[in-house]
Amino acid sequence: MISVHHYLLLSAILFSIGTLGVLTRRNAIVIFMCIEVMLNSVNLTFIALSKHVGNMDGQVFVFFVMTVAAAEAAVGLALMIAFFKNKESIDVDDFNMLKW
Amino acid sequence: MADNLLSLMTFFPLLGMLFVLFIPRDNDGLLKGFTLVVTLITFVISLPLAFDNVFATSGGMHYREFHEWINIGGFFQMNYNLGVDGISLWLVMLTTFIMPIAVLSTWKAVEKNSKGFMALLLLLETGMLGAFVSLDLFLFYIFWELMLIPMYFLIGIWGGKNRIYAAVKFFIYTAVGSLLMLVAIIFVYYYAVQSGALINGFGIQEFYKLNLPYHAQYWLFLAFGFSFAIKVPMFPLHTWLPDAHTEAPTAGSVILAAVLLKMGTYGYVRFAMPLFPDALPTFIPLLATLSVVGIIYGSLVAMMQEDVKKLVAYSSVAHLGFVMLGVFAMNMQGMAGGMIQMINHGVSTGALFLIVGFIYERRHTRMITEFGGLAHKMPVFATIFLIVTFSSIGLPGTNGFVGEFLALMGAFEGGLRWYAVVATTGVIFAAVYMLWMYQRVMMGTVTNPANESLKDLSAREVVVMLPLLVFVFWIGVYPNTFFDKMNPAMEQLLTQMGHKPAIVEVHHPAAIPAAHAVEHAPAAHGHN
Amino acid sequence: MYSNLWLIPFFPLVGSIINGLLGKKIKNEKVIGGLATLMMFCSFLVACQNFFRLMGDSVKTHQVVIGSWMSVGNLQIDWGFLLDPLSAVMIMIVTGVGTLIHLYSIGYMHGEVGFYRFFSYLNLFACAMLMLVLGNNALVMFIGWEGVGLCSYLLIGYYFEKKSAGDAAKKAFVVNRVGDFGFLCGLFTLFWALGSKGVWTVNFVEITENAHLLQTGGLLVTVVTLCFFLGACGKSAQIPLYTWLPDAMEGPTPVSALIHAATMVTAGVYMIGRMNILFAMAPTTMMTVAIVGAATAFFAATIGLAQNDIKRVLAYSTVSQLGYMFLAMGVGAFSAGIFHLMTHAFFKACLFLGSGSVIHGMHHAYHHAHLHDDPQDMRNMGGLRKKMPITFITFLVSTIAISGIPLFSGFFSKDEILWWSFGSNRGHWLLWIIGAVAAGMTAFYMFRLVFMTFFGEQKTDARAKDHIPESPLTITIPLMILGLLAVIGGYIGIPAILGGSNRFEHWLEPVFGEALEMHHIAAHGAHATEYALMGISVAIAIIGIFVAWTMYIKNPELPAKFTAKFAGAYRLIFNKWFIDELYDFLFVNPCKRIGTFLWRGFDVKVVDGVVNGVAWVTKGIGAGLRYTQSGYLHNYAVAMVVGVVVIVGYYVFG
Repeated sequence: MISVHHYLLLSAILFSIGTLGVLTRRNAIVIFMCIEVMLNSVNLTFIALSKHVGNMDGQVFVFFVMTVAAAEAAVGLALMIAFFKNKESIDVDDFNMLKW
Repeated sequence: MADNLLSLMTFFPLLGMLFVLFIPRDNDGLLKGFTLVVTLITFVISLPLAFDNVFATSGGMHYREFHEWINIGGFFQMNYNLGVDGISLWLVMLTTFIMPIAVLSTWKAVEKNSKGFMALLLLLETGMLGAFVSLDLFLFYIFWELMLIPMYFLIGIWGGKNRIYAAVKFFIYTAVGSLLMLVAIIFVYYYAVQSGALINGFGIQEFYKLNLPYHAQYWLFLAFGFSFAIKVPMFPLHTWLPDAHTEAPTAGSVILAAVLLKMGTYGYVRFAMPLFPDALPTFIPLLATLSVVGIIYGSLVAMMQEDVKKLVAYSSVAHLGFVMLGVFAMNMQGMAGGMIQMINHGVSTGALFLIVGFIYERRHTRMITEFGGLAHKMPVFATIFLIVTFSSIGLPGTNGFVGEFLALMGAFEGGLRWYAVVATTGVIFAAVYMLWMYQRVMMGTVTNPANESLKDLSAREVVVMLPLLVFVFWIGVYPNTFFDKMNPAMEQLLTQMGHKPAIVEVHHPAAIPAAHAVEHAPAAHGHN
Repeated sequence: MYSNLWLIPFFPLVGSIINGLLGKKIKNEKVIGGLATLMMFCSFLVACQNFFRLMGDSVKTHQVVIGSWMSVGNLQIDWGFLLDPLSAVMIMIVTGVGTLIHLYSIGYMHGEVGFYRFFSYLNLFACAMLMLVLGNNALVMFIGWEGVGLCSYLLIGYYFEKKSAGDAAKKAFVVNRVGDFGFLCGLFTLFWALGSKGVWTVNFVEITENAHLLQTGGLLVTVVTLCFFLGACGKSAQIPLYTWLPDAMEGPTPVSALIHAATMVTAGVYMIGRMNILFAMAPTTMMTVAIVGAATAFFAATIGLAQNDIKRVLAYSTVSQLGYMFLAMGVGAFSAGIFHLMTHAFFKACLFLGSGSVIHGMHHAYHHAHLHDDPQDMRNMGGLRKKMPITFITFLVSTIAISGIPLFSGFFSKDEILWWSFGSNRGHWLLWIIGAVAAGMTAFYMFRLVFMTFFGEQKTDARAKDHIPESPLTITIPLMILGLLAVIGGYIGIPAILGGSNRFEHWLEPVFGEALEMHHIAAHGAHATEYALMGISVAIAIIGIFVAWTMYIKNPELPAKFTAKFAGAYRLIFNKWFIDELYDFLFVNPCKRIGTFLWRGFDVKVVDGVVNGVAWVTKGIGAGLRYTQSGYLHNYAVAMVVGVVVIVGYYVFG
């Protein structure tokens, strides 16, 4: 039987993978995808717990997260395209103008 | 009309400012002319105050205006609460009187962006008048901060070489003080609400009645006193003043000296001292010492200045020392001396800054060594300069003497005897630094070829100076015009602070001495 | 009845204002000078009227109050005037001598660029001086007190293009201010001392009436009088504040005559006379006054011995004579002091005006010959008695008067002072000796001056010597009148011992009598002693004259030998005992150094150092912290993750 613990464990693993990706990768697209992984791991937690508790609120939240993630993807990709036009690169180490 | 005279007077310049914003920026003459007219009308609006005899008969607040303003469910309430009494009356008059003069002084001096300059001047006038007539501490605080901003820009945009440094220094010095004051204001209010006193807003007259415990008064007085001491400025918090004065444009210096510095002394008289009367005696020795040190220190440093304007700025430190010493004497003479010396300083030092402005416009330098022998080239200027110099020195017959004499005498009678004696040496130093400066600038032969072609004062410049000269002699010869309306308010203030003013009802020296001795005992022995 | 008293200072004030504002437009010297003189003369007439009215009046003290000046709490100060015998004498001297000197100035100042300015100042001075003597309270007196200081400043600095004149003017005002410091402290103490007894007043009449409330010889009254005496020292050029007066000779000569000889410098003496009741109550102060007076009389006379500038000799002579007046005040000889004040006003004004006449002549001659020699140096003069007979005679007469030769005015007043300093119960024989020796020196240096200037060989440059004219009438008429007064002025105060009735003393009796009687101050002694002392002092004066004659007429080479032999002493005296240098060293330079230190050291380094330091520290912290904002996404992400881990960790495991 796959208990709620397994879901949560999977979710934690996915979240950690996503976090590590964000921290270590340089390609903005990859980082972006890592963030998506993190978001979806959270979604997984929501759904698992929702089922476990028997309350639909968690599932509603997932829809919100997915909507926000879609919006984020649109804005994020647009930013990246704009950035690429300027720098010919999507390496985040080149994104260091936002400082003193 | 009389019902909201104070509002009209306070906000008329603001209204004028709104109109100034619609005048094309390249129409320099119209801008200045319009501003002049606005300030003149403000002066006219304020004139009925000066002629109103009610101040001579009653020491309370007159021309009251009261409207509820902000009320957050009993948790926070502040009101639009205005009024004027004998103490603020002459400061209000000084403000409305000095503004047209300041505007006239800009005629040739301010060339770049005069629109902004004029708008800020008018905004500043509203701030100053508002601060003098506010009876609500919170409202006072709003106006107090409102003055700060225009002055910051006046120095920072139209100032001299080092203007940014001076403006920031001025701003930060004042802001540090006013934030402390804000905390103290909130604390007083909080305390009043907590203690269940029926409080209707931040009205100072209600705060006067609060019976704050000593330790609270101690810290509150420190906060208020510190804030006002910066503004006065008292030694050793004075170093913003020489920089601000030196860098500010002439009009800015005049207003700064004539009115803004008075905010500090006025603050002591109106707020710090009567609000916290129990803590006051603890601080009087310290404050009196600082005043005396300020007198001597300001004089000695002024003596060695190479820049005329800086010299005048340091002389302000000394003059304000006399004001503070008189005020802390806590008796009628001292208080009257301090109050009249505030006006005097506005008149004399304002005039001195105008004079410095005149030669600066001509030569674009203020270094004493650049001048010498100007009396040959500018006889009218020399005469006016001499009169103002002696008024600043405090020659009897001019305004300076009345103020200094009463302040010193008050301090002497009020138990600050040794302070007064040391402060009296200030009259010697005043003569030294002023006359030495006058000698180096005006006397001797013209050694610098650049001074050969100097022109004497124009008609406009003489018109600017004349009203000030009138007051130099008026206050010197018949100060009762001013004292008559100040006395009731000062008596009330002193009574309220727990020091009965000694008043001789009948002036019969031969009358039974013993009875007199009893009557005057409280005034005769003071704090040390 | 005396309600027109206010006109006395008012006339010169009007003259001053008119000339000051319109003089430049009027231009005509006759109108300007005439107006100023006329105003003084009007004032003199009013003074005469009041004087004679007072003579016939049985009540001798009258106050006229015009209005209130300041009224604050228990301090009530009026614009008020006081006429009593003392102020009556003073207004007569001030307006009388003043009128003559105004008249003189028309001739003397002829052709000056600032002619109108001069007369405006001179009128203003007269106004201030009259306020000083007429004021019925200490504050109105103080207006005049500082007012004369102002005019003195303006008039000394009249030739403001000369640096020395500017310096002298400033010095005069500042040193006077030191005295004013004393005056103010005295006034505060007095107001407080009387006030604590229930009488809050600065009015002289009330002070006199209530002085008994204070303890005779007590600390308070001593402090009060010592403070006032400091004020008097400043104004009347006594040790230690005398240094400004010799420098004040930078002003035009009529100024020296009016302000620095006849009137202003005697204000201190007048003030002590006005407050005689307080001084009489303080024996310590009286002693101080007497000692300072005697010391000044002696000390200034020594400096006078070696000066070569004609006006400087007279200046030191003035300091010395003022010392006599203070000596008189100090030993309780109040009326003798005022008497000497009056006779001194006559003969010293005459001497100064005479020296002015000489300088005028010399200047004229040098101008004619296009030379730039010093017209005031006596070594360039000599033999002028033939060129300027009127000047010579009046000058000689006044010199005899100042030397204390019998039958001339100075003799009566000076002898009265010397007698009191010996015979008064507040006097001492040492004071008499100092006074008498100083009198001998006075006779010596005054005759030295006369001999060097008017006798002997003419030492003026050959190109100029034939162009020295006698001065015009506007100059010589005042000289003649003052010369006459210098001779006969003493006859109103012939002491009883010489068969007179000393009317002057009787006249001042209402002012001084009470104090003298209450404190039993009087001069006692056998007539024989008085005659003997008189004889001795006259003998000393004659010896002085004889020595001068020997040195400067008979053996003109003697002075050079003398100075060679006592070179050290001579240098000391010639350089005025290096007192100016001493004051520079003790006060002026330290003040400048302290001022510079406070400014550059304290203000800029310490206070602004702290202020700017706070700014720097804030800025430094910001500068350090800004590196945390690297701009690299990774750093921010790591920071975020670490933050989350720490916070979650804290709540989970904490």
